[in-house]
Formats: sequence, structure tokens, C-alpha cells
Amino acid sequence: MSELFMQQVVAGFATGAIYACMALSVVMIYQAIHHLNFAQGEMAMFSTYIAWQCMAWGLHWVLAFPLAIALSFVGGFLTERIIFKPIQRAPVLSHIVVFIALFAIFNSLAGFIWDFTIKNVASPFGDGSFMGSTLIGKHQAGMICATILMLIGLWAFFSFTRVGLAMRAAAANPESARLVGVRVATMTALGWGMAAGIGAVAGILIAPVVFLEPNMMLSILLYGFAGAVLGGLTNPLGAVIGGFLVGVIENLAGTYLDWVIESAFAGIGLVVHLHGMFAEIKLTIALLVIIVVLVIKPEGLLGRKIVQRV
Amino acid sequence: MSDTTFSTQHPSATSRAARAYDPVPAPRPNVLSVGNVISLIVLGGLIVIPFFAKAYYLYPFTMIVVYSIAVLGLNLLTGINGQFSLGHSAFLAIGAFACAILIRDVGIHYMLTLPIVAIIAFIAGFLFGLPALRLEGLYLALATFALAVATPQILKIGLLEGWTGGVQGRFLFPDTLDPVVPFGLNIDPAIFRYFFTLAVFVVIYILSMLLIRSRTGRAFMAIRDNPIAARAMGINLPRYKATAFGISAMVTGVAGALYAILVTSVHPDSFIFTIAILILVGMVIGGVGWLPGCLIGGISMVYLPSMAEYVDDLVLAIAEPLGIADLFPSGSEMQSEFNRLSYFIYGVILILIIYLAPSGAGGLLRAVVTRAKRLFS
Repeated sequence: MSELFMQQVVAGFATGAIYACMALSVVMIYQAIHHLNFAQGEMAMFSTYIAWQCMAWGLHWVLAFPLAIALSFVGGFLTERIIFKPIQRAPVLSHIVVFIALFAIFNSLAGFIWDFTIKNVASPFGDGSFMGSTLIGKHQAGMICATILMLIGLWAFFSFTRVGLAMRAAAANPESARLVGVRVATMTALGWGMAAGIGAVAGILIAPVVFLEPNMMLSILLYGFAGAVLGGLTNPLGAVIGGFLVGVIENLAGTYLDWVIESAFAGIGLVVHLHGMFAEIKLTIALLVIIVVLVIKPEGLLGRKIVQRV
Repeated sequence: MSDTTFSTQHPSATSRAARAYDPVPAPRPNVLSVGNVISLIVLGGLIVIPFFAKAYYLYPFTMIVVYSIAVLGLNLLTGINGQFSLGHSAFLAIGAFACAILIRDVGIHYMLTLPIVAIIAFIAGFLFGLPALRLEGLYLALATFALAVATPQILKIGLLEGWTGGVQGRFLFPDTLDPVVPFGLNIDPAIFRYFFTLAVFVVIYILSMLLIRSRTGRAFMAIRDNPIAARAMGINLPRYKATAFGISAMVTGVAGALYAILVTSVHPDSFIFTIAILILVGMVIGGVGWLPGCLIGGISMVYLPSMAEYVDDLVLAIAEPLGIADLFPSGSEMQSEFNRLSYFIYGVILILIIYLAPSGAGGLLRAVVTRAKRLFS
């Protein structure tokens, strides 16, 4: 039992790396504009298609991936500038509607340009198992490393660079930041660009695992939200931890929920055989994580409490 | 000079940014108002349609009425109470599956399932609303988004397969295929189904209008406009917000039951997230907070996809002579199967509405009416 348990935890970490990547880009955009971008997943999917297209045209991945990430950065920057700047002061509903609109546009456009057949994206880390382990592949190990590197990079950027400081100031207190000379609007657009770039990295890392197709990101975005909410929407480290946790929770629930329920029934003297009925409720777990965290501890594990001014 | 700096930090400025949407002032109750007259004309038009169209062509019109009810349900939540939902496809699913289970497993006549479905959907909405109402704006959108994404999978859970039919779904009328016309009436089932759906719509619409003008409705709107002031006036925020969620789910659930009766089968994959998007699109096009707009929303939900198909063809027709059709490496055989640009067009329309007419068709109509009144006064 304990060996199976360890296996499931390690496998959970491997899938958790996917969610952690996505959660990181969710937190990035939340920091910049205090909104959850429901189109984040589709934007990441679109970036991944760009990377795939570059490779299909014969570019080596060493060139194709940075190019796709750079294009995504520019795309995110321009999205903020063109689409969201005019409705900056519009009510919340307008923002949500435009996010949904972007979701539809990117999803539909990707389907139109690249059709709905599944594309294969090669992993930059190679296939096969990692150091002879049966639990974790080279790609998964690479993904975990890339996520952690990205986190360290972000931390360094926000702590030690002037732009990072300005971005934090613009997010925390726009009025005061403007008074000391920070270009708040540019910082917001920069936040969008960075979120899109991180999303592109996430998409490229995820694509070898789930295969590339226009609808691949919907459920992963949900896990990303779950991870970000669990770890705290205001804290990148929390988001990554949350993402890994969601991966582990998901895996353990898929394996043990049947057993837990069966033993609970056995405890009250009933024999119940569920025959793996709960193996396929993974999205429901993301839903439960989101609702439970939002109700019990809305600021998440590591987030700041948001106090609303009356 | 302090005026400008003061206004940016004034409390009302911060609460302005957090508001749900810009509600329009409620019109004075007037039986012969322009809105009521137009509503009656539209209703008259809906009633006479079957006398001009063949029974076969009634299907899309019935669908419009069904979708209108769903949009009305969402509008009661967002437009009247100021709460968001990206998950109304879930309540549509609850209504549809409750209807199917009541018909197949309990053996109730399909017309009598509606009140029971309404109660079930209300309870489901109320229960989901209870934890969700601790969540403000964006977080509620997130929770409901999660609900909508998870719904098809929840419906396929092995534990529920006996009721939901799992991946295959269920047929509502395995013996007769179509719902039977009751009371021995000698009319076409399609025509009967149309009038039945229309009657339910009219009843729900009138009840919604009465609700808005009641004490409860005014409390809903007070919460939307200023929750803190509403609480100060003694409105029990959690109870009213959960009730609004329940009523909204109830209306949408009834729409789900009518949908199931119309298409005569239910499948978990008919209630994917894109349906929630569609309902949202319908509400925004019709006008948030303007109930008659739900019909415009319903029409747009049914006819936008076919419009999008034309645009698909148009794009290819332009691309081919220019020699850039190869830029879309999708192959022409896929074109007919997917109207793939349809959601692209929804997206563009949504953004255009938010930019140009944030209050939707309702706002445009009101603007026209005000102009016209000014002309004649």
C-alpha cells in the first residue's frame, strides 16, 4: 500500500507540474489587472500552435520555442493595448464578457487554421524514463525543473530589477505609483505580455503530454485556476505549490476514493463494491478544490488577505 | 487642484470600479408603455407563426423560445441581482436530466415534470448559491466556470450511470419517439410542442415581471446597485442572493426540461462549457437587465451559428481566387463538418457590443424610443 501511495504521489507531482505552470500564468495576470483571464488557456494553446507551426516549417526547437514565447509576449502586450485599454473603467461584467469573447476567438481561430486533428509535439527533454525510474519520465522531470526555474526567474525579476519593482508598485497602488513616475498603463500591458509568455511556456511543456488540439487547454486551465486559488492568487510561489498539490490530490483521489468510500461503508456494516467508479471524476476534484478553498480560506495557502474598502 | 486627486480616492470611485454593470434606471410602471406594446406585438407574432409555417419548420422557432427562457434565467441573476454565472449550462443540464429521469424512471407525464423540475433546479441553484454567495463578482464567475467545465464529466460518473445513461445518454420517449399530444387533441405534435413551450415561456415571463416589481425583486436590485446600502436597510444579503441564484437556476432548469422534450433525448456532452458561453452571448446581445431582450438573445443563439457558416464560406471564397486558401492547411472536406469560425464570430460580436452598445439590443431600442419621443414632443 505505501509503495503504491508513493508512486501515486510522484505521478501526482509530474502532472502537478503542468498545473503549476498554468497557475503561474494565472497569478501573473491576476497581479497585473486583478482579473482572472478565462482566455489564458486558449492563448497558451495558440502560442503552442505557433511553436508547432515553426517546427513544422523546419525550425529547430531551440529557435522555435523562444520565437513562439516572444511572439506570445508581443501578442499579450498588444491584446491589453488594443482590447482592454478602452474598457479599463468598464464594469466587471464587460471584462468577463471580453475574456469569454477572446476564449471563443482563439479557440475558433486555432480550429480554423490548424483544424481539429491531434498534433504531436516533441519534447525538448527527450522521451524515455528519467534516470531509470519507472515513475517519472525525462519530460516530466524537465517540466518540474523548468517550472521551478521559471519561478526563481520571476522572483529575481520582481525583487531585483527596476521594472519588476515598478510592476509591483503599479499593481499594489496605481495612484501613488503614477505620482512617483511609474507608467502604470505600460506596466499593465507588460504584465499581460509576461502572462502570455509564461502561458506559452506552459503550453509548450504541456503539449507533449496531452497532445496539441484546440480544446486541450480548457480542463488544464481549470486545474491551473484550482492551483492558483489553492496557493493564493497573489503569490507566485503559492501558485506553484498549489499546482503541485492539485496534481497530487487529483491522483490520490482517483486511486483511493473508491477504497475510502468502500471502507467507510464497511465501517457501518455495509459491503459496497464501487469498481473504480470514481476513477473519472478528475475535473470534479478541481471544482471541489476551488469551491472549498474560496469558501474556507479565500486568500489561499500563501496569499495576502484582500481587504475591501467600504 | 485637490478636486481631481480627491475624486480618484473618493470611496465612490473605488466602489464604482467594483460594480457589476451599469444598470439602467427602472421605467415607471405603465400598462401602455412602448415596451409592453412591443411585447404584445411580438407575442402575437409568435402565436400566429404556426399558421403560416409548416410543422417541420417550427423546430427552430421552438428552440428560440427554449433558449429565450434560459437567457431569461441568467438575466434574472446577472441583470437583476448583479451576480455572474458562467455555469448556466449546468442548470440547463440538471433540468434536462431531471426531466428525463422523471419521465423514464418515475413514469410521470412529460407536461407534469416541469413543476417538479423547477423545484429540483431551484434547490440545486440555492445549494450551489449558498457557498458561492460568499464570493464576489470574479470569484463567483470562477466557481461557476469550474461547474460548467466539470458538468459533462459529473454526468458520466459511473455512480450516476443508472439515471443519466452515461456516455450514451437517454431517450425520453423510447416507445413513441415524439411526445404524445394529450387530451386526444387532433393536432400535429410539433405544433402542440411549440404552443406548449410558448405557454411556459409566457407564464415564466409574466412571473418574472411580477417578481421584479415585488418586494423581493426590489431587494434583488438594491443588492445589485449597492450591497452595503442594501444591508444597511435590513436586507438579508445571503438569503436574497441564494434565492436569486435558486430562481435563476429554476428558470434555466425549466428551459433544460423543455429542451430535452424538444430534442427527445439527453446526452452529457450536449451541456458543455460552450453552451454556457452561448447563454451569456444571448444575454449580452439582448441587453443585460432588460427582460424582453431574452427573445432577441434566443433568436441570436439559434441563428448566429448558421450566419457564421456563411462567413466561413465567404472567407474561403475570398481566399481561393487569391491563392491563399493553402494558408489554411485544413483541407476542404473538413469545412462542411465544422462551422469552425462560428465561435470566432460570437467573440467578435461580443467585443463589438461591449464597445459600441454595452446595454445590448435593449439599450439600442431605448435610445431609439427616446429619440423618437423627442421628435414628436
